[in-house]
Amino acid sequence: MLRIEGLTKTYKTGDKALSEVSFEVPKGQVVGLIGPSGAGKSTLIRCINRLVEPTSGTVHLNDLNVTGLRAGELRRARRRIGMIFQEYALVERLTVMENVLSGRLGYVGFWRSFMRRYPGSDIANAFRLLDRVGLVSHADKRADALSGGQRQRVGIARALAQDPELLLIDEPTASLDPKTSRQIMRLIMEICRERGLPAIINIHDVVLAQQFTDRIIGLQAGRVVFDGPPSGLTETVLTQIYGEEDWTAMRNGAAEDAEAEAEEKAQAEKMLRAL
Amino acid sequence: MSVVSAETPVWAHRTPRKRLLLWAGWLACVALFVWCWERMTQRTIWAFVWDAPTAAADIGSRAFPPRWSYMERLWAPLWDTINIATLGTLLGIMMAVPLAFLAASNTTPSRLILRPVALFVIVATRSINSLIWALLLVSILGPGILAGILAIALRSIGFIGKLLYEAIEETDISQVEAITATGASQGQILTYGIVPQVLPSFYGISVFRWDINIRESAILGLVGAGGIGAQLNSSLNMLAWPQVTLIILVILGTVVVSEWISAKVRHAII
Repeated sequence: MLRIEGLTKTYKTGDKALSEVSFEVPKGQVVGLIGPSGAGKSTLIRCINRLVEPTSGTVHLNDLNVTGLRAGELRRARRRIGMIFQEYALVERLTVMENVLSGRLGYVGFWRSFMRRYPGSDIANAFRLLDRVGLVSHADKRADALSGGQRQRVGIARALAQDPELLLIDEPTASLDPKTSRQIMRLIMEICRERGLPAIINIHDVVLAQQFTDRIIGLQAGRVVFDGPPSGLTETVLTQIYGEEDWTAMRNGAAEDAEAEAEEKAQAEKMLRAL
Repeated sequence: MSVVSAETPVWAHRTPRKRLLLWAGWLACVALFVWCWERMTQRTIWAFVWDAPTAAADIGSRAFPPRWSYMERLWAPLWDTINIATLGTLLGIMMAVPLAFLAASNTTPSRLILRPVALFVIVATRSINSLIWALLLVSILGPGILAGILAIALRSIGFIGKLLYEAIEETDISQVEAITATGASQGQILTYGIVPQVLPSFYGISVFRWDINIRESAILGLVGAGGIGAQLNSSLNMLAWPQVTLIILVILGTVVVSEWISAKVRHAII
């Protein structure tokens, strides 16, 4: 499905963001891409749809060599790759519907998109997608009137409107609270399963990555240092990716938080009763 | 217990050397001011200056009350003035918008040729006052409203162009990136990724410039470019002070109204 070979990116400043990254993603597989800040996760997924131009190496989408495409062909290839962003990257001043329909920009001509006269099938599909992410009643609201979780749902609907063969997801939960993060991750996973969509998810939350994805790729300083099932993420591996840290404590952290919360609640109730 | 030293610690914002320099700097400023004052007032005839309040009171007494009946001859030039400002602004916008997109570093199609050219046009039109544009245009096109409209338009290009291209450069790249990722064409990236982001600034800038242009077009008549300024000029030449008062009141009223409209519009957008 997706084949990356020897992908290398050196920025003009001389920073080597990626060096010789190679892996394949089969149809329907959801890959979690983990690694510390600056490891090249963002650069890697942006090299796949060439928002960032790779220095060398190739990206194949099925049999199409994305790295060798010229401008017009690249646009057609991008239509097949949906992308979901960290800060949602919605066009804030347009409505939810316009944002979802903007996923169709690669398929409609300039004037049609300018006059917002999208084909009926696109509009029907956009409503279906909004219904799927639970936002049909918000279709005519402006994007900046929504909450973070709702905005990310619009971002998901926009990516799906492209009718993609691959999803690239850049830190989908970094701007969301823990509960919303889980809901969004669950939604993304469900959608990938429904459609048999392969996805690459950049994610810095190791626990979320382990819980939701089929496979983990660990990046460290632009190199793949781990590639395997989520269960293979042992402490040694995590230390190799992120450096020294008390990993068991981090994993238990979530559970402890919940316990502490329950205790606090009990304490408060006791005090109320005493009154 | 933490460490307690015998002396209270001393801290000063500036070192003694810096303080000394600061005082020297202030002294130099005062000396410069005194010297400039001497130069400026070398050729002042003080009798006139002491006489100024009397002269002002004299003109004031002759300027009141305003000659209200003159109003009937002001409506037409006032209408001209508003039209000069409005049409000039529209024309300016039409020329400034493409220039702004050529000049903004993130939308320009050519960094090496078109961008410097666009920036030069913006700076050039902005650096020449509309009164000077009007002087030039009156001598080219002859007196009249057309010269006024063009003068206002030319001066507005630089103003609108500069503020707009700055707004374009400040747009959020992630929205542009997201639109690019859908496979949109260059034109679509512009209309979906950038235009919605700069639209509020665009309306704000345009209305603000229209408001300034109302004020500027009121004086263009002084050099023969049409509008209420022509009446002001002839009234001043005839020493018809009550008419001058009326014209100034009319200009003041128009400016207040235009400012109110512009404030309302900007408030509604932002």
